Amino acid sequence: MSITVGKSVARVDAFDKVTGRTKYYEDRMPAGALYIRIKHAEIAHGFVKSVDTAAAEAIDGVVKVLTCFDVPDIPFPTAGHPWSMDPGHQDVADRHLLNRHVRYYGDDVAVVIAENEVAAMQGVRALKVEYEELPFVLDVQKAMEPDAPQIHENYPGNILKHTDIRKGDYAAAIQEPGLIKVEGWYETPTVQHCHIENHGCYAYEENGRVVVVSSTQIPHIIRRIVGQALGRPWADVEIIKPYIGGGFGNKQDALYEPLCAWCSTQVNGRCVRIDCSREETFVSNRVRHAIRFHIVSWLRKDGQLVARKVECFSNQGAYASHGHSICAKALGSFAQIYPCDHMECDGWTVFTNRPAAGAMRGYGMPQASFADEANIDECAAAVGMDPLEYRMKFIMPKDYHDAFSGNTNYFDSFRACLEKGRDAMDYDRRKAEFAKDTGSVRRGIGAASFWYNTGVYPISLETASNRMQLNLDGTVTMQCGETEIGQGADTAYAQMTAKAVGLKSYKDVHVVSCQDTDITPTGLGAYASRQTYMEGFAIDQTGRLLRQKILAYAAEMLGCSAEELDIVEGNVVRKDSGAVEMDLSHLAMTAQYNPVHSEHITAESTATIRSNAYSFGCTFAEVEVDIPMCKVTLKRIVNVHDCGSLINPALAEAQVHGGMSMGIGYGLSEQLLFDEKTGKPLNNNLLDYKLSTVMDHPDLEALFVENAEPTSPFGTKALGEPPACSPAPAIRSAIYNATGVSIDTTPITPHVLYRAFKEAGLIHDEKEGD
Amino acid sequence: MYDMKALYQAASVEEAVALRLEHPAAQIIAGGSDVLVQMREGKRAGAELISIYGIDALRGVSMEPDGTLRIGSLTSFSHITRDPLIQKYINVLGEAVDQVGGPQIRNIGTIGGNTCNGVTSADSASTLHAWDAVIELTGKNGVRRLPIRDFYIKAGEVDIRAEDGEIQTAVLIPKESYEDCFGHYIKYAMRNAMDIATLGTSVNVRLSADKKTVERARVAFGVAGPVPLRAATAEAMAKGQIVSLELAERFAQAVTADINPRDSWRAAKDFRLHIAVESAKRAFIESVKLAGGEL
Repeated sequence: MSITVGKSVARVDAFDKVTGRTKYYEDRMPAGALYIRIKHAEIAHGFVKSVDTAAAEAIDGVVKVLTCFDVPDIPFPTAGHPWSMDPGHQDVADRHLLNRHVRYYGDDVAVVIAENEVAAMQGVRALKVEYEELPFVLDVQKAMEPDAPQIHENYPGNILKHTDIRKGDYAAAIQEPGLIKVEGWYETPTVQHCHIENHGCYAYEENGRVVVVSSTQIPHIIRRIVGQALGRPWADVEIIKPYIGGGFGNKQDALYEPLCAWCSTQVNGRCVRIDCSREETFVSNRVRHAIRFHIVSWLRKDGQLVARKVECFSNQGAYASHGHSICAKALGSFAQIYPCDHMECDGWTVFTNRPAAGAMRGYGMPQASFADEANIDECAAAVGMDPLEYRMKFIMPKDYHDAFSGNTNYFDSFRACLEKGRDAMDYDRRKAEFAKDTGSVRRGIGAASFWYNTGVYPISLETASNRMQLNLDGTVTMQCGETEIGQGADTAYAQMTAKAVGLKSYKDVHVVSCQDTDITPTGLGAYASRQTYMEGFAIDQTGRLLRQKILAYAAEMLGCSAEELDIVEGNVVRKDSGAVEMDLSHLAMTAQYNPVHSEHITAESTATIRSNAYSFGCTFAEVEVDIPMCKVTLKRIVNVHDCGSLINPALAEAQVHGGMSMGIGYGLSEQLLFDEKTGKPLNNNLLDYKLSTVMDHPDLEALFVENAEPTSPFGTKALGEPPACSPAPAIRSAIYNATGVSIDTTPITPHVLYRAFKEAGLIHDEKEGD
Repeated sequence: MYDMKALYQAASVEEAVALRLEHPAAQIIAGGSDVLVQMREGKRAGAELISIYGIDALRGVSMEPDGTLRIGSLTSFSHITRDPLIQKYINVLGEAVDQVGGPQIRNIGTIGGNTCNGVTSADSASTLHAWDAVIELTGKNGVRRLPIRDFYIKAGEVDIRAEDGEIQTAVLIPKESYEDCFGHYIKYAMRNAMDIATLGTSVNVRLSADKKTVERARVAFGVAGPVPLRAATAEAMAKGQIVSLELAERFAQAVTADINPRDSWRAAKDFRLHIAVESAKRAFIESVKLAGGEL
């Protein structure tokens, strides 16, 4: 029996990772690399008037100090999007390598390059920066006001972009007599990815070109951005991506690769390194967009949504990065998940003086799911329906088709997932049981769904390349640009390649994990939950090419037609009888060392993917709320996903667990806070930023509905991001069920619960604070 | 890589005292779980350090002839939690320090470091205050002992005299303080591990022989003021009272007379007060139950 797709095989990198052998960028550091430390602005908005570098330059070990007055005047974009040949669709170029115009507390204004870390840090502390301070704004809607400080030129009202969706006639529809109005404002926080390995990179010049080794998700895109930022041809740049310790979207952006590359060119091509601290990672990398939602739903007494108005105010922070894409994705989901004939949806992405928001697992959907599902819970309550029943009745129907993406809900995935979750949780019985809780500790149960899709088609290019070579031992080496970032992509690729070529086992495939843009076939990287789906097309296509070449050679050896042959479990066999003619090792050796016709059998191809796929699911949560202590204990949580056929069920489960953990933090504890008076981040460390720990989690349960995706050669679709989307609203819903208190803000911390419970009369303080 | 000017290592208390007198500006370092973090932040960058971590004489828990419990200042949190004397006489202290950070921090962090930091949120501090601990300091003039409430001067500052070459050598719990006492600590934090207390509440009681009356109740809080503090009004109110749930309620309400938490971005004052009352009630009830009382 072959061991290919559909099996829970061990990760191809498991042994090395568990034993500490895996090499990350720091493990590959050349001896003698100089340390770069960055001077981050200590104001939220203003201009650098001068930087006094004398004291820093006098420190023993300091090699060079470079400031915002030294960098080339080349604004560049940072978003890890595929390049677009349409200038109107290219990312906003609004950053310099170091910035004179400081736009957030933590902006990069200067660097110190030194022989060692201590000298570099001392150098940074010794820099004297003089600023011209300007008023700043942190709140997204305040930034839109006429007298708000302007953060970038040419963006009146600080609005990076506004888009809308209009469907039917909202104004006319809400005139229908007897409609019930359910209106709410929903607030989501600024959070950070908190991948284990902070971003870092090193750069050096080699034969007149610049090489950057980086902890990134997107080596090929980084090559383009470094080229742009340095004003050099893209082919002058080589990016190497070793194993990385997670990214979750933060590393789907050019972080410090351009600055690091440029610094190397300023010290005669010597190797220089930038290693972000955790504190820098929180502030000076990327964060998730805080989005504020305003939703007005109009429904009939039977619950039917007649009209909806949705407004999204997305806090972009100081630089455009991925910009409006996140808000647009969030906005688009409202028009689909609960279909409604009359809709008026508007989304604004707005610059503020906060850290720049970029891509983060879920790309707008954890925000949208929280707001939409909270509002849907209120809709259900308004008509006296069970919130799960409400969803079963009104969520996207089977065969729903979206003309823009071409996506179809082939299998009634939402209801299948909700049913499965309902059974697993024993929802109805538990809900009835919890309804009896009346004391100070009450239990509750809730559910929430999410809308998702796979990859970025048709908004952006979807392409995947792949190279396969037949090795002399009959194994196959495979390379692609869709990166392993901890999610297990290499293992899935090995399983899919074994299947596509006809090998006995995924162990007969060696996936080259490290990408090098000089060598690796061009790919876009790891993002948008795209790798398995998109690379699947390239593996399928290249696998067929490799098979053709193998069979053509075998036919030549056997003196028959290739049509008569097949590759099964690593052997060339007769199609008709199944008789084994030779194994692939014999074929490869013969082909390589044939004195008459030697051939190194390889195949390479690029797939342009012009399809997308819905990936839906839900979360069920059970909580215990200690009302006087304002504390929520998550007792049970189950995610259910229809992400197509599972390539590796155990890895799929692990992927869901990680997303659920992220969703639990999003729902209960995580939030980056800023000082209103200065704009300074208050809790940019792992003590004060309450990333949830294993002690805050119950067992994480992942369930699947496996409907093979018709558009994918392997029946697969997105699973990277979806698990993070619905835990927060499910927890919210369970708290609502337990206490009757509907919270419109996430994270639902004890501070939030204290105010809400007080307002609801659930707690009383005899003595108020004086 | 740490920005450190010099490191002096003391092998004995005498050496430590001599090193302190020789290098008055130097910072004492024990486990390093606070000092190294501060150095990395730049707050103590370029510091000279005197490490006392190698002085094994300052490790371990023992009982002195007069029944005083002696906890060497370098005893780690995990050792305190697992120590049989602690478990027998002041189990609540072991439980409290078992809630510091995570396992690695509890293995390296010491009770001496926890108290010498002078921070109000230290998980050991409220319990040590509630049990009238005595701090032992050793310097060029010999040994000085002072009640823990006098040891804490203000936030981040304790009474330890560098000019006398002093280091903290032990934390003592007098017999009168622990005998027949039972206590409970509630760490209120925003997550269940790797956190500092938003509020720490430590209550202990001694009941009458028939378990009906409170002979003595003590309560101390961390993060209810700039330093850990006792709620004397509540303690006086409960003394001699009949054990009841109603007493627990009154005791809890009375703590507001003495505590003064502040508003900060970490937590609002009214929220901290609310949690203090609720925690005091729960810790009182739990302490009474541990003492064999019924309510």
